[in-house]
Amino acid sequence: MKLTGAQIVMECLLEQDVEVVFGYPGGTILNLYDALYDYRDKITHILTAHEQGASHAADGYARATGKVGVCFSTSGPGATNLVTGVATAYMDSSPVVFITCNVASNLIGRDSFQEIDITGVTMPVTKSNYQVRDVTKLADVIREAFAVASSGRPGPVLIDIMKDVTALTADYEFIPKANHAKDSHMARLLQRKTNIIAYPEPDREAIRTVAAWLRASERPMFLVGGGVVSSGAAPSMRRIVELVNAPAAATILGQGVFRYDDPMFTGPIGMHGTKLSNLAFVEADLIIAVGTRFTDRVALNPGKFRDRKKIVHIDIDASEINKNVRVDLGIVGDAGRALEMLIEALGSDFEKKSNWVAPLLPETRKSAYRHESNLLKPDEILRALHERTGDNAIIVTDVGQHQMWTALHFKFSRPRQFITSAGFGTMGFGLGAAMGAKVGCPDVPVIEITGDGCFRMNLNELSTVEYYDIPVITIIFNNGTLGMVRQWQTLLYKSRYSETTLDRGPDFVKTAEAFGVAGYRASDLEGFRAALDAALKSGKAAVIDCIIDMDEKVVPMVPGGKHLNDFLID
Amino acid sequence: MANGNTFTISILVENYAGVLSQITRLFSRRGYNIQSIAADTIERPDETRITIIADGDLEAAQQILFQLRKQISVISAKLLNPADAIQRSMVIVKVDGDTKEKRDEIIQISNIFRANIIDISLDCLTVSVTGAPDKIEAFIRLMTPFGILELVRSGIVTIERGKLTIHSED
Repeated sequence: MKLTGAQIVMECLLEQDVEVVFGYPGGTILNLYDALYDYRDKITHILTAHEQGASHAADGYARATGKVGVCFSTSGPGATNLVTGVATAYMDSSPVVFITCNVASNLIGRDSFQEIDITGVTMPVTKSNYQVRDVTKLADVIREAFAVASSGRPGPVLIDIMKDVTALTADYEFIPKANHAKDSHMARLLQRKTNIIAYPEPDREAIRTVAAWLRASERPMFLVGGGVVSSGAAPSMRRIVELVNAPAAATILGQGVFRYDDPMFTGPIGMHGTKLSNLAFVEADLIIAVGTRFTDRVALNPGKFRDRKKIVHIDIDASEINKNVRVDLGIVGDAGRALEMLIEALGSDFEKKSNWVAPLLPETRKSAYRHESNLLKPDEILRALHERTGDNAIIVTDVGQHQMWTALHFKFSRPRQFITSAGFGTMGFGLGAAMGAKVGCPDVPVIEITGDGCFRMNLNELSTVEYYDIPVITIIFNNGTLGMVRQWQTLLYKSRYSETTLDRGPDFVKTAEAFGVAGYRASDLEGFRAALDAALKSGKAAVIDCIIDMDEKVVPMVPGGKHLNDFLID
Repeated sequence: MANGNTFTISILVENYAGVLSQITRLFSRRGYNIQSIAADTIERPDETRITIIADGDLEAAQQILFQLRKQISVISAKLLNPADAIQRSMVIVKVDGDTKEKRDEIIQISNIFRANIIDISLDCLTVSVTGAPDKIEAFIRLMTPFGILELVRSGIVTIERGKLTIHSED
C-alpha cells in the first residue's frame, strides 16, 4: 500500500511494538506529528519541556524496561539539544532510536533556517546513524536502526529524515518484527554485520582455559559491569559466583546484578568503590571481568591494574578487549552465554574456593572524613528510603556526590533498578530519565535522587511530570554547592572554592509548587520520613528538598592515576 | 601490519555519502594520525576500497581494526603486512627545467625510473612515476635539487600477494 514517509515511520514504530515516544515538534518534523495525530490511540507521545529532557526520558525508559526508547525532535536546535542525551546513552550502551527531521532536500547545504548536519554532529556518539533521502528506503532504515540499537552491544542510533521524504509516498508492507530477519535488507545486514548485531558464540577453547585457571586460582574475583544487565545475565552471574564462592565487585552500571546482601558481593569498585572491593581486587590472582570496559574510573592506573594477576575479559564488543587494559585472555560473546558455558566447563566436581576475601573486610570504624553536623546525613536518607520502598523502587540519579552515595549506600537488589549516567556523567540526566523510567514501569515507585546543582539544570521537566501525572519523587541532596567538585577542591586544590558554591535560588519547594508539584523540605530524618510517606501516599509527583552539609564527602576516594588501594580518604 | 611505527589497513566499505568522513573521523577521534589515504570504487560500484597508513604500533593497529569493524558501512577491514602485500602509489612532480642541461638530466633520471614525461615546456617538466613507496621517495629525492615547483601524490594502495583477498580470514 502507498503511504507517506511520515506514515511509514508510524507503521514502522508499530512493527517494533513502540508504545511511547518522547519528543518535541517543530517545523521540519511537522509531517511526522501530523501523522502521529492519526496514530495517537496506538502511540503515546510525551511532550517534554526541552528536547534534552526527551532524550534522557527515552534513555531512562530503555534502561528501566530493556526495550528500545524512542525520541522525536525537529531539525537545528531541536536536534542539537538531543546531543547530550545521545552521548549519555552511547557511553552507557543504552538502546535509543532518535528520529530527527531535517530541512527539505532542496534546502540541504544552504545554511537554511534550522538546518544542522546532525548525522555529522552525532557520528561519534551513535552506534550508527542515517540520513534518509529516499522514501523507498525509509522502512528498511528504520528496521535496521532498531536492530542495530537493540542487539549486540546496545546503543543509540539516530535517523535524520529530510522533510520532503516525510511527505513523499512509497509502497509499504507491514512486516512483523519477528519476520524482519527474513526480509531481504535485514537478512543481508545480519549476514554482513554479525559482529555488531548478532551474538558471536564464545570460543569454547577459551572458556575451557578460564575454567582451568579458575580451578588453579587461589584468589579469584569477578568484576561485573553493565553488559551483564543488558545481556540479562544476572541469574548466571549470581550462579557462578555462588558456585566458585569468589568475591564479586560491580561497576556503577553493574549495581543490582547482585543483591546487596549477597555474601560474596563486595559492592562498587573504583574511584569511589568500597574498601573491600578495591582491596580484594588488588589481592586477587585471577580477575574475570564480564561486560565491563575498564574505564579510568575503575582502572584508575591501567599499569598497576594487572599487577600479579591474570585478567580474563568477557565482552560482546571485540574492540573493548585490550582497549584500556591489556588482558591475558579475551572472550567475545554474550555474557549470559559465556557464563553458562563456563559453569558447564567447571563441571559438577568443581571445588568451591575458600572465602579468601573475608579476612580483608576492613574493621568498621568512623571515617575521619565523616563530617559532623546536625543536618541530614546522605546515608541516613538512603537507608530511610530503602526502609519505605524496600526492593521495589527504581532509583534514578543525577551525577556527583549524591550519585556515588546512592551507589555506595542504597541497597539494590535487582538489575535495572539503578539508572544513572555512569560513563558520560551527565548532570541534568535524572529528572528526564526518571520520567522515562516511570512511563516504562508505571507500577513501580520511581525515585530520583539528585543534587541542587543537577536539579537546577533541567528542572523544567517538572511541568511534564505534572501535566502527564507521572508520579516521580525527587529527593534533592541540597548542600548548596557542587559537592563533588568542592570535595576535590578541599582535598586537592587547597580549599580554593572557585565557582562551586551555590548560594542562590531557587527555593525548590516553591519552584515545585509553581509547577503544580508538591514540595517538601526536610532538615531531619523525621521530617524526611514524613515527607516521603506523604509523597508516596499521594501517588503524585513530589519534590523533597533535603538540607545536608556542604562538607559531607564521598568516602572512600581514590584519585585518578592511583592504584585501587591507594585511598586518598577512607 | 605494524611496520615500525606505522601500520597499513585495508578497508572495504559500502559506498554512500559521508562514508569516507565516517572512517577518517573514527581515526581522528580515537587519536590516530593518518599518513596516507587512498580511496576509490572497486569492480562493484557500490563498494569503495580505502587504504590507510597511520601512525601506531601493532596494539594500536588492532584496536582501530576492531573499531572499524563495528561500523555498519564497513564490509571488511584487514591489517596488511607490507612483506606480504604489494604497495603502489603514484607521484606527479613539476620540476624546474630552465636549461637544456637540466632538462636532459631530468629526462635521463626519469627514464631510469620508468617515469612518464607528461608535459614539457622550455622552462619545466611534469613527470609521473608509479611504484612502491620507496621508489617514489627516491625519485622525489633526486628531483629535489632541480627545484620542485609542485608535487602531488595519489596515496598508497595495497593488495595482498597470491590468492588472498580482503575477504580472506586473517
